[in-house]
Amino acid sequence: MLAYAFRRFLGAWPTLLLIITLAFFLIRVAPGGPFDTDKMLPPEVQANLDKKYHLDEPLWMQYGRYLWDVAHGDFGPSFQYKDYSVTELIGAGFPVSLRLGLSAIALALVVGVTFGTLAALRQNSRLDYTVMALSMTGISIPNFVMAPLMLLVFAVYLHWLPAGGWNDGALPNMILPVIALALPQIAYISRLTRGSMIEVLRSNYIRTARAKGLPERVVLMRHALKPGLLPVVSYLGPATAGIITGSVVIEQIFGIPGIGRYFVQGALNRDYTLVMGVVIFYGVLIIVFNFIVDLVYGLLDPRVRY
Amino acid sequence: MDHPQRLLDVQDLRVRFETNDGEIRAVDGLSFRMRAGETLGIVGESGSGKSQTVLSMLGLLASNGRAEGRVDFRGTDLLSLTPSELNRIRGDAISIIFQDPMTSLNPYLRISKQMAEVLVLHKGMSEAEARRRAIEMLDAVKIPDAANRVDRYPHEFSGGMRQRVMIAMALLCQPALLIADEPTTALDVTVQAQIMHLMRELKADFDTSIILITHDLGVVAGLCDTVLVMYAGEMVEYGPVEEIFERPLHPYTQGLLESVPRLDRRGGTRLHSIPGNPPNLLHLPPGCPFQPRCERRLDRCAVEKPSLVEVGPDRLRACHLEVSHD
Repeated sequence: MLAYAFRRFLGAWPTLLLIITLAFFLIRVAPGGPFDTDKMLPPEVQANLDKKYHLDEPLWMQYGRYLWDVAHGDFGPSFQYKDYSVTELIGAGFPVSLRLGLSAIALALVVGVTFGTLAALRQNSRLDYTVMALSMTGISIPNFVMAPLMLLVFAVYLHWLPAGGWNDGALPNMILPVIALALPQIAYISRLTRGSMIEVLRSNYIRTARAKGLPERVVLMRHALKPGLLPVVSYLGPATAGIITGSVVIEQIFGIPGIGRYFVQGALNRDYTLVMGVVIFYGVLIIVFNFIVDLVYGLLDPRVRY
Repeated sequence: MDHPQRLLDVQDLRVRFETNDGEIRAVDGLSFRMRAGETLGIVGESGSGKSQTVLSMLGLLASNGRAEGRVDFRGTDLLSLTPSELNRIRGDAISIIFQDPMTSLNPYLRISKQMAEVLVLHKGMSEAEARRRAIEMLDAVKIPDAANRVDRYPHEFSGGMRQRVMIAMALLCQPALLIADEPTTALDVTVQAQIMHLMRELKADFDTSIILITHDLGVVAGLCDTVLVMYAGEMVEYGPVEEIFERPLHPYTQGLLESVPRLDRRGGTRLHSIPGNPPNLLHLPPGCPFQPRCERRLDRCAVEKPSLVEVGPDRLRACHLEVSHD
């Protein structure tokens, strides 16, 4: 187990280096630069700025300098928010994004697993068809469509909930963004749960459990739930990535001061260091989450040994 | 209960499955009885309805299946029970061993847990007590080092060992009736012999009645008192095991017996096989369902379905052929 963890730890570095390299060159391929404005800056000022941020050096030198700094834990100053370092900005945004993301994942798990299991138990019933139709809709409608629609109905027309803002994570401010973020995941998780539950409930060992005279509730909870939920556990890795990319959009729409918003604004402003910092941070997050999921999988399935 | 020694009385059992192609009659009007202590062999090819017969008795049919008729077990009709009433009987007074030991144990639970839950449920034992009993039972089915292996997972056992675990699990509550649904089909030949040997020993030790389902008449010979031969969902022959083997009266039974490989026959003779395949239950042939494959078919066989007739003491047969008295 420890040896496996160490191997995974070593394997993560090349992945991370690849992410950094791709992101570094991609953002610089985009036209424009961090200090472009409507009015042309005087050439001397532009030259001074470029010199201060080493933008006058050849690209490969900038890349090497950036790697060196990152290796020493320095993600540089933000080009746009001039008094803040990238680390400070991420540090400020992360608790907000984390709270939003974890709430969405928790909601998606509880609702998705419940719906999926119910649909599997009543296969081909009206309930089953309803859940599956809703979940198909949930998967098909992207959240940048869903979120404004929800805003329009629940905030603008009905005045039930605030139209945006974070307000230190107060419940009314959380409801809409969390639901918008969780919906596609609920849809996916309920389909996943239904499929695997149906398969498990048809398996021979469930027949054995029933032949023992166990009540259906015990058959489900003790014998079927764990194997039925294994695919959901393995989906949690990609789900994290989905929640992260989803939150980039959702935070922008609802005006939530999380990392996602810095990411969007950073990209629009060509704030090279900020975008890079967020990309690396997300990359690490996804790598760590996938690692945790693999470990949990090993704990749940006795046949998996590391 | 008018027959205190009668354990099981099945009357006109019908099992149907709704499918997209129509209704399938897997079991069509089956009736038989079992005394306490008897071992009954139900024999037939795949699709003859032998497994569905016992699954329907325990309420384990697939969701598109329905069972009708009466299955009186010690005076209670199993088919009329609610799920919770049935749960008090299955696993306790009636238990079952399935065909495929590789998939019939839950891969995610320790053997100890899977065995103990039966005793906790039906006998109200504590976990510790149930665990002790489980180890004793694993000893009884000759699993070496049972005290340690009880805490293993199923994938750490071989196929034969898993079937021993299944047998031990089925015997935990000392059932009055043990159903073995092709218990050796999925196993190697040498392991098959070991398992059958074990079943013979356990039958004597536990004094339980057994229904043994198989397509292998060789397996029946060593264990059963009576034999019920099924074809296309119906009984075609029934009788004491010696009679069935010495004087089979239905051409299908005769065919089955001739297709058992034997060491005491002279070499060079081809092993007999019954021509053709079991019929499609959606489109049964007219008359006797076996007639298209029967080598001694009469003209009336394709027109008139033979009914089940008593042809001797405790001896039933469904065939138009004359009973020969040679």
